[in-house]
Amino acid sequence: MTKSRLHIPRPTARPGETPDFSYLDLSPAGSVDKPALDARARDIEHLSRGLVRVLDDDHSAKGQWDPGFDATQLQVGLRWMLLNRVFDERMWQIQRQGRISFYMQATGEEAVSIAQGMALRPGDMCFPSYRNQGLFMYRGVTLVDMMCQCLSNTRDMCQGRQLPIMYHSKSGNVFSVSGNLGTQYPHAVGWAMASAIKGEDHIAASWVGDGTTAEADFYHALTFAAVYQAPVILNVVNNQWAISTFQGTAAGQRRAFAARGLGLGIPGIRVDGNDFLAVYSATLWAADRARRGGGPTLIELVTYRGGAHSTSDDPTKYRPKDEWESFPLGDPVERLKQHMIAEGHWSEAKHESLIDELRTEVTAAWKEAQKYGTMTEGPWLDPGTMFDDVFDETPHNLESQRRRMLEVERGE
Amino acid sequence: MARMNMIEAIRSAHDIVMDRDPSVIVLGEDVGYFGGVFRCTDGLQRKYGEHRVIDAPISEGGIIGAAIGMGVNGLRPVAEIQFADYIYPGFDQIVSELARLRYRSCGEFFSPVTIRTPCGGGIRGGQTHSQSPEGIFTHVTGIKTVMPSNPYDAKGLLISAIESNDPVVFFEPKRIYNGPFDGDPEKPAVSWNSHPKGEVPEGHYTVPLGKADVARPGEELTIVTYGTLVHIAIAAAAETGVDAEVIDVRTMAPLDVATLADSVNKTGRCLVAHEATRFGGYGAELAATVQKECFYSLEVPIGRVAGWDTPYPHAFEWQYFPGLKRMSAGIRRVMEAG
Repeated sequence: MTKSRLHIPRPTARPGETPDFSYLDLSPAGSVDKPALDARARDIEHLSRGLVRVLDDDHSAKGQWDPGFDATQLQVGLRWMLLNRVFDERMWQIQRQGRISFYMQATGEEAVSIAQGMALRPGDMCFPSYRNQGLFMYRGVTLVDMMCQCLSNTRDMCQGRQLPIMYHSKSGNVFSVSGNLGTQYPHAVGWAMASAIKGEDHIAASWVGDGTTAEADFYHALTFAAVYQAPVILNVVNNQWAISTFQGTAAGQRRAFAARGLGLGIPGIRVDGNDFLAVYSATLWAADRARRGGGPTLIELVTYRGGAHSTSDDPTKYRPKDEWESFPLGDPVERLKQHMIAEGHWSEAKHESLIDELRTEVTAAWKEAQKYGTMTEGPWLDPGTMFDDVFDETPHNLESQRRRMLEVERGE
Repeated sequence: MARMNMIEAIRSAHDIVMDRDPSVIVLGEDVGYFGGVFRCTDGLQRKYGEHRVIDAPISEGGIIGAAIGMGVNGLRPVAEIQFADYIYPGFDQIVSELARLRYRSCGEFFSPVTIRTPCGGGIRGGQTHSQSPEGIFTHVTGIKTVMPSNPYDAKGLLISAIESNDPVVFFEPKRIYNGPFDGDPEKPAVSWNSHPKGEVPEGHYTVPLGKADVARPGEELTIVTYGTLVHIAIAAAAETGVDAEVIDVRTMAPLDVATLADSVNKTGRCLVAHEATRFGGYGAELAATVQKECFYSLEVPIGRVAGWDTPYPHAFEWQYFPGLKRMSAGIRRVMEAG
């Protein structure tokens, strides 16, 4: 008698076990070719199986995907990645001190927001996930404004309506972070379709994690992007972990996430997400392709979630404590730093002094942010504002609820 | 003035706004080349092109999600969901994104999407082509919910909806697309030709959102309803000989409380009626509102007429549908009480 079998995906290591990343398919740096911008999707399917890497183990840059950055460009990239990390470290501590309610770090994934942010043009529209704070920073949101959002204080861009880290920036062309997963993916495609309808050359980009590829919106977005050849870059940040479930629970064991669009004719590129140069280069390729009418690209960024999912999470309960140290693609900041040192553009001393400088900047921002109110001390937001912006013009029922709420607050 | 049925009026609304505003685009299943399964967008693609009238994949979540993104990028999308029964795959996009985008970004981002969708039964559509899910949407703050009951209102309300910077879910009672319906399926179908609201200006005009209409003035009883049941209420008033004032709510959210309250405070009696299932339905909100605003004018308890709390049964459509018999019985109940 034959029997069917239910496969329960299991990660290669749980707490107390030896980390094992043998499941990750790696390609040597420089080994994946860079196709022409007008290559047919069917002719470049191998890009979804390989791993685009530029930075080699000896810290040199190799192959066709090397963007050939000069010292200044490299330093810009390193600086923003470090700022992202230093900011996250500080905000994590601040949450642990009980001074903000919640936080999410991007530790280990900074190359995603910064390299991709640098590869896009200011007029391109970003539809971020909750781990893209680097995009907001790079696109001009000040540290003070980000901190004020996390504090829900009087300068909070969200006026106390959103959890910490759910930023938005109209002027920086970064969309509002939702909190629901993957909903921004079809928005990016619609935005890109509108850009094409209007005959503009702006493109859209969006980010989800490996876990979110299981959401219906992911496939809605891919379908629309393929059907209308929308000028959009759809990124899957495969950081191996969706809270406690590893990427195999989203079927990452079957085939790379980069291949999810192949059936729809969407080219997929699997990229070393911790390789600043590779991430930049692959993004620029996809952006240029989209801008000239070549349609969407799905980019999988293979990385590792170096920290907890959020301040409400304890990853030691479900994965080995030291797993990140064994991750074969390392740390994006460290790798770019070593490359710059190898190229003679950087030194350990310069690096340390940059970190000090950024910490000072973050500390100064925190001092400034608190002037606009903290969780325990004013000034306070006017709670009456919670009835604003539900509609373009506030209807009578909300106005009467606002009056009633304020009466209750006054003890009437 | 021209004579139009509701389909023609809705088509005309599209045409008028698309002609005036190049940012208005239409997308949905079968809306382009074919012109929609109910023909509401017929001819628009030929006139405005494939970039503005877009045949979409069968993906309601994708249609609404993409429309939101288009709206953020300066377009004014009108998305057709072929039947209200099919809207649920897009529900999260409506509730979590469309309705809250302005709020969560403090007005920095918004998306002025209008979602049009045919609803209601009486067309032999079974349980997947007959639902009236408006009450699910009226419970979602941040969107406006509209249902016209005649061609004149359909055009004016749809133009208002498309021109509004707020998202609107626009329900079209498909039973009355081609003519008013008094709730008796045995009678021959009538057209909008002889109905005063079948007279529709060819050009631009609006019927404001958030404003109810007195569809039949009366003194003895107020019937608060919308969509197809407006006509059944008027017919039931004639059948029972009760001088009922029929309020056509038109915009379910935000609700025009004043028009309702004025009427009930005058008549002292109220019957709330809708085709959707009763329990937890929008009628409960209407009844609660009338109770709050008119308690000391009410002479008898508020009555309710609604669809039974079952799925829409194909073979027992007329037993399910709250038609003339149930409306008249509802009127008598309220009149005989107290």
